Amino acid sequence: MKELVKKTGHELRGLLDKKEVTSVEVAKAFLGRIEEIDGELNCFLTVTADLALEQAKAADERITSGKAGPLTGIPVGLKDLLVTKGVRTTCASKILENFIPPYDGTAVAKLREAGAIFPGKLNMDEFAMGSSNENSAFGPVKNPWDLTRVPGGSSGGSAASVAACEVPMSLGSDTGGSIREPAAFCGIVGMKPSYGRVSRYGLIAFASSLDQIGPMARDVEDAAILFKAISGFDPRDSTSLNPPAFDLKKALNPDVKGLRIGVPKEYFVEGMDPEVESAVRKAIAQLKEMGAEVKEVSLPHTEYAVAVYYIIATAEASSNLARFDSVRFGMRVDGKDLIDTYRETRAAGFGMEVKRRIMLGTYALSAGYYDAYYRKAQRVRTLIARDFAEAFREVDVICTPVVPSVAFRHGEKIADPLQMYLSDIFTIPLNLAGLPGLSLPCGFTKEGMPIGLQMMAGFLQEETLFRAAYAYEQANDWRRIPALGEVK
Amino acid sequence: MDWEMVVGLEVHSQLLTKTKIFCGCSTRFGASPNTQVCPVCLGLPGALPVLNKRVVEFAIKVGLATGCTVAPVSRFARKNYFYPDLPKGYQISQYELPILEFGHLDIEDDKGAPKRIGITRIHMEEDAGKLLHPDVPGADYSLVDLNRACVPLLEIVSEPDIRSAGEAVRYVKKLREILVYLGVCDGNMNEGSLRVDANVSVRPRGREKFGTRAEIKNVNSFKFLEQAINYERERQIELIEEGGTVIQETRLFDAAKGVTLGMRSKEEAHDYRYFPDPDLLPIVISSEEVEKAKELLPELPDPKRERFRTSYGLPALDADVLCSARELADFFEEAVKLHSDAKAVSNWVMGSVLKNLNRDGFDSVAFSPVTPAMLAGMLDLVKNGAISSKIAKEVFEEMWTSKKSAEAIVKEKGLTQISDTSEIEAIVDAIIAKNPSEFERLKGGDAKLTGFFVGQIMRESKGKANPGLVNELLKKKMDS
Ligand SMILES: [Zn+2]
Repeated sequence: MKELVKKTGHELRGLLDKKEVTSVEVAKAFLGRIEEIDGELNCFLTVTADLALEQAKAADERITSGKAGPLTGIPVGLKDLLVTKGVRTTCASKILENFIPPYDGTAVAKLREAGAIFPGKLNMDEFAMGSSNENSAFGPVKNPWDLTRVPGGSSGGSAASVAACEVPMSLGSDTGGSIREPAAFCGIVGMKPSYGRVSRYGLIAFASSLDQIGPMARDVEDAAILFKAISGFDPRDSTSLNPPAFDLKKALNPDVKGLRIGVPKEYFVEGMDPEVESAVRKAIAQLKEMGAEVKEVSLPHTEYAVAVYYIIATAEASSNLARFDSVRFGMRVDGKDLIDTYRETRAAGFGMEVKRRIMLGTYALSAGYYDAYYRKAQRVRTLIARDFAEAFREVDVICTPVVPSVAFRHGEKIADPLQMYLSDIFTIPLNLAGLPGLSLPCGFTKEGMPIGLQMMAGFLQEETLFRAAYAYEQANDWRRIPALGEVK
Repeated sequence: MDWEMVVGLEVHSQLLTKTKIFCGCSTRFGASPNTQVCPVCLGLPGALPVLNKRVVEFAIKVGLATGCTVAPVSRFARKNYFYPDLPKGYQISQYELPILEFGHLDIEDDKGAPKRIGITRIHMEEDAGKLLHPDVPGADYSLVDLNRACVPLLEIVSEPDIRSAGEAVRYVKKLREILVYLGVCDGNMNEGSLRVDANVSVRPRGREKFGTRAEIKNVNSFKFLEQAINYERERQIELIEEGGTVIQETRLFDAAKGVTLGMRSKEEAHDYRYFPDPDLLPIVISSEEVEKAKELLPELPDPKRERFRTSYGLPALDADVLCSARELADFFEEAVKLHSDAKAVSNWVMGSVLKNLNRDGFDSVAFSPVTPAMLAGMLDLVKNGAISSKIAKEVFEEMWTSKKSAEAIVKEKGLTQISDTSEIEAIVDAIIAKNPSEFERLKGGDAKLTGFFVGQIMRESKGKANPGLVNELLKKKMDS
């Protein structure tokens, strides 16, 4: 029975449909795995075993009555910034430690309706701010490939839980690389959709114009299935789009003949881990052998992306986090008067990194600095988006590393925020441009750490993106399970 | 020194949409606290605003009625500040790109001359909630009611063109009239549907530079607006003449004392850190939409008044009164369609109809039990001589209470005017016989007695005698 947790979602689907296993058995297997190893990993902030078993029972009934969808009876872990009705949602912050939302976000509601099973809420960097998952108020997540290393952030719990077989798939959110970077560090597939393709309703906002919910899974097929399930127009999100429905068949086509692949010269920088560079270059060469056309492209404004990102993201965050004021929900520390109560509550409730970003963003929006920082950043953002638009006139997919290195050790960069911010250098531009991107394993270092390959595509070109990733994945065998708590 | 006051007004008007500006909650006034709220207007984590399209439609109407330019692209911004009645920690408003700009409103100055007040901009925004301070001795807490949070407002900002309290009041009255006419605001100042902030400064007459202004917040009646502005003018002049300086601050009007008071002075100047709200897309309005809205725009009070004067030949006073409310003007026009003597209709509407509405405590002609058709029917009877205008008063009251037609009432009560000469002549003869000496004096040229005799005859006939015939017969008797 323990073999079950090694299965992907679509493999479980086959077993469930053939009645070789029940949803309840699936749920119990994964809950057991969580109980067995999560003490070491710290992926889960809340385990909802009762809810999962209840959902599993309902899923079994649905399967029996022939009304099962692709995700019916499949466990999906939820990053703890996704609002869940009746289930504690903390954003990994003390300020929301006891917050129980009265409603479901749209992505969660869609999964609930599809019959998915929710084993619990996953650890993350507080309010999704961080690149290493060391900023959680409830302790860091460990990388299942090496417990001394970080899993990447901010969807570290979502990535590590999938890599360690605690769930077959999960949802994360990506503001500047928060799905792709931890996916690369943990050796799984993570995908950030085009901005507006997945509703943000019920996603506790970090930076509204950049945030996007996306799937994390052990293979491309699962990621595509999960993406299809959560995407679509939502009248409750004004920025939601209504493109033609995502075609799973077109996405899961292993043929890359004629696919034009771009390699941006600005993304192969000095100081990159040579093992990472070599693995990524090998992957590109392999795609070429498979019939893709490879050419160099240029994204000339790349060097400004990190600076632009930290102005826009922090500006939006400073405003988005104003609602955590102790008046209606969350913790409250009583002060001597109203203003003092705000101050005390926010001082005690927010962690260091969150405070740092609120300060930065407040400064960037202040009278007298707005033009020099925020407005200028928006202008450069437009230029970055234009770079991509031009590049995607010549190519269908752009391939780059996800991160310049593999997962680093806990504490290695936490004291140097600037160094930490630079680790998102390859993922941030895509969020600024609102385009879809995906991270998938493309090798391992000598030390056995997974290396990620990033693929990016034009606006709403998710089918092309998945197709390229699927083709590469089918031609390789990087899907591995870390030795941790060896699955018996 | 001769001082001149400079006033600019910001009018906040609550829009008459059924649901709030960014969520589907009801906007009904007076519900129990926090019964009309949802994750969006409560500002819960993860909730997102979605613009109510009716608000944009209403804004366009107001813009067209005030001569504003409708921006092809406008957008919402966040105004960031902390206050317990502001759930998100920011108010969604418009800043750099408002939906409407460069309009005006025509009023009269204190001497009755026409004057144009510029409208700088009109923008859409959400209202905040309300703090309730418990009426419990020693209570060290306040409660928050968020029913009003997210209710749609239009903020109408005037140019500093206003020079007196009278002009300010006339400007707001005119604005209110237009908003109510358009059906976008109920204009109810008691319930806060219309609130005014007044920016007041003074300067020596002839100087171009403005003085330092004080902002008087949230005035909610015309009387208070007038008092507050006049008080503020005197306060500032006195202050300057005594060698002091006016500081830029926010003041509140204390209606009980009739004075404005500085709010606790804010040490640090407010920095709202405005920026475009990333949760809402820019509002794009095509010229076709504007054209369509223009066609659907109802006739506005000023052009209506003009038309009432010219096409019905009514005096200005009548036109003003009849056009003061859209339903009243409609009532009048409906009656005139059925009874063409416009002045007679106007007299009755302005007289009996308004008087009775007022007496019965109704604030709109919509509540009148006498319909335009009933009024026209009664006036027809007067015109064709079936009843006298005196009897008509009685008939009108009867219509008001019974809601029966004038014709039915006249028939039921036998109120038909006596136009039979012999019948009236008999009464005339009887009255003359009763008052022989008075009749002699009348014949001798004491014209004052005419009234006495007509009165007696009318009384004898219970008011039913045709007054024309009475006069005619009386004259004949005098000459015989
Ligand atoms: Zn609401």
